[in-house]
Amino acid sequence: MAGIDKNLRWAGIVLLLAILLPFIPGVSDYRIFQLTLVLVYAIALLGLNVLTGYNGQFSLGHGAFYAVGAYVAAIMMDKWGMPYYATVPAAAVVCLVVGFLFGLPALRLEGHYLALATFALALAVPQMLKHKSIEYWTGGVQGIVIIKPDPPFGLPLSQDQWLYLFTLFVLAILFLCAWNLLRGRTGRALVAIRDHHMAADTMGINTALYKSLTFGVSAMYTGVAGALGAIAIQFVAPDSFTILLSISLLVGVVIGGLASIPGAIFGALFIVYTPNIASDISKAAPWAIYGIFLIVFMYLMPTGIWGGLRKLAAMIRARRNAS
Amino acid sequence: MNWEFVLHQATSGLANGAIYASVALALVMIYTATEHINFAQGEMAMFSCYIAWQLIDWGLPYWVAFFCTIAISFAGGVAIERVILKRFHNAPVLAVIIVFIGLLVIFNSIAGWIWSTVLKQFPSPFVDIFPTTKLVGPHQLGVVLTILIILTGLYLFFRFTPLGLAMRAAAQNPVSARLVGVRVNWMLALGWGLAAAVGAVAGMMVAPIVFLDPNLMAGILLYGFASALLGGISNPGGAVLGGFILGLLENGIIVVENLVGVTVFGNELKLTVALIVVIAVLIFKPSGLFGKVRVKRV
Amino acid sequence: MALLEVKGVKAYYGQTEALHDVSFALEEGGITTLLGANGAGKTTTLRSICGMVRTVGEISFSGRRINGMATEEIVRMGVAHVPEGRGTFVNLTVDENLRLGSYTQGKKDRVQRDLDLVFNYFPRLKERLQQQAGTLSGGEQQMLAIARALMLAPRLMLLDEPSFGLAPLVVQEIFRIMRRINEEEKVSMLLVEQNAALALDLADHAYLLETGNVVMSGPAQVIKNDEGVRRSYLGY
Repeated sequence: MAGIDKNLRWAGIVLLLAILLPFIPGVSDYRIFQLTLVLVYAIALLGLNVLTGYNGQFSLGHGAFYAVGAYVAAIMMDKWGMPYYATVPAAAVVCLVVGFLFGLPALRLEGHYLALATFALALAVPQMLKHKSIEYWTGGVQGIVIIKPDPPFGLPLSQDQWLYLFTLFVLAILFLCAWNLLRGRTGRALVAIRDHHMAADTMGINTALYKSLTFGVSAMYTGVAGALGAIAIQFVAPDSFTILLSISLLVGVVIGGLASIPGAIFGALFIVYTPNIASDISKAAPWAIYGIFLIVFMYLMPTGIWGGLRKLAAMIRARRNAS
Repeated sequence: MNWEFVLHQATSGLANGAIYASVALALVMIYTATEHINFAQGEMAMFSCYIAWQLIDWGLPYWVAFFCTIAISFAGGVAIERVILKRFHNAPVLAVIIVFIGLLVIFNSIAGWIWSTVLKQFPSPFVDIFPTTKLVGPHQLGVVLTILIILTGLYLFFRFTPLGLAMRAAAQNPVSARLVGVRVNWMLALGWGLAAAVGAVAGMMVAPIVFLDPNLMAGILLYGFASALLGGISNPGGAVLGGFILGLLENGIIVVENLVGVTVFGNELKLTVALIVVIAVLIFKPSGLFGKVRVKRV
Repeated sequence: MALLEVKGVKAYYGQTEALHDVSFALEEGGITTLLGANGAGKTTTLRSICGMVRTVGEISFSGRRINGMATEEIVRMGVAHVPEGRGTFVNLTVDENLRLGSYTQGKKDRVQRDLDLVFNYFPRLKERLQQQAGTLSGGEQQMLAIARALMLAPRLMLLDEPSFGLAPLVVQEIFRIMRRINEEEKVSMLLVEQNAALALDLADHAYLLETGNVVMSGPAQVIKNDEGVRRSYLGY
């Protein structure tokens, strides 16, 4: 149990620092907005990591669920005048159902096939969102503009500070849930399915149910992130949800570190800040720099940042023991 | 019913199908050798297409540019395998997928940087060769013929030459292939080269129909995937047939919609059609129409 | 000079050391056998020679150091390995399997001559030429594997358990053919066998491996009459 206590203490310290972050003098609203996006992506990555890292199913189409979450939030706020906080659970439920339904055929697919099916989904989604039959709801190509919420109870915070804290609050809850889920029976079942599908079956794990539920939960996390992202950016449009979004999410998961909860944060930092760094290096072709980053990164650290850090820590420990 | 319209749709479906078939074949070539699906295949083809455009723009005659592009693409494919993918032969699947994604964004970005994202017109050489008939346009006829020639050439190469045989052996059983002296790593690189060359041809056949831009191949790649799956991803012949079937199916939908007078998919949801095909195949016949059922030992 | 010389070789699977210190030499023209129980390192020794496992130490073939070289390059120098499980290309035809053997030889007329040579030893393969190799019987697949190795025109043939899973009559036939190939084509052979009696009858020299070390060596006739070998490996 000591290990768990230690983990919780670390998580507490990190959370505290994260709460204080927007109040450091000189941190502009734009920086806070970027940090909010980091939190948003961290939630999405955690969702994808549950699927890919723990359950071993690849998705190249989680941008689709992110888009569904974003549109749920935008439509509820724009068409029905609902408050922003009410849209988060709604996005969660919708994406859970959509993800579960998409996960049903996914039961039969493995590895590359699932990657293909989800890749197809990601490519098809922007076209579907533009379709004229649902234009009344989605605003077609134009998309929907929504209004950034004010802090409640007259708190002396800027809109961006408040939204950051709100997102952090949601993230903390979701991370705690995921951590609880994954370290227990369910987590072991997921890993068993990933590593030994057949053996898991014979041990009485209902692999079919677990797999599609995992897909649902994973989509739910990503959908919540989509809703929060839409509120933060104040805008949704079909072309924000191209294949590049899905690709970024998978990149974040792998770079952050598969099957690790802290990896989601590192991955999110990577996908928010690397394009900026890349465009500092080359204004003309930032994505080319990004692509080179990816390849070099995979070559040097195939287990991602978190895996790399753990390996480093183990090496230091081994050296200390040796001396 | 307007038979002319139906026939016209059928021939243009075959022309599209030929393009899907060649993309599918490129995917299958790399898949059978490495069990990896090359997500960068489409962007590689797009890039080749820009090279062709540049050569033509510099004043080279079309067919000279055509064959130069194929040669450059072949060399580029070989280089990508030897320089980059070689380092990932023992890497986990996901790492390789990320590398493909890296390649995808690199090609996309560099194309936009060199040639800008403004749409470019790409010439069709067939307009001067074949007459325009009511039934089939000259470009479509040219596409089908070109791709049939290429497919036949590849078939003969793999079936009857020692090098083709060695490539098949390396793909099927790399360990045994080494034991008969086949340089397996070079066979992989050659496979990449051939796939890149076939992709380049597909790109040069598509570009005159739509305009040339860095996102030229995204949709085509999806149709290539769908064709490969439909025909059976480990079966080159099946993948080719899958491409033609998909081309016909795509236009068949237009004919039916026209007949009934209701537009469900139209042009706006073309990608959704491919998505539905992918998912339907995966659910109902994961091995594809012509693929062998892979039996896994437990 | 020995055709093949193995000096102080250790071999590794990942971190695990599978051969500890193996040394032996093989003269040109003969048949040498490596004997040993399951897990003694016989297969690993053959794989080491072919560059299929990581090795430390020195392996040289006709005076040239070969460890560290890629398998296909070693094969091109004239070492043909008939692996455990036969390494058949099951989806290719018998004809294609054989032609692959001559892949490194190049010339067309040469291929036809080699094919005729192979049919001389294995007439049965000629009848099966257009059949998928995976549909052959076990004995025929073993013949195909040896035939494919012969197509490489090798100086040294490494044979890993050619008797494995075959009926005694078939084994006898295959061993007779191996003897003929050795004598008529001057192909040296290194034979790994569980069936020690059979191997010692065919071979003129033998080495005994135990848990990754060479523990005994000598002419096959001498080894055969050794008391310890007789009890442990020949069973009488």
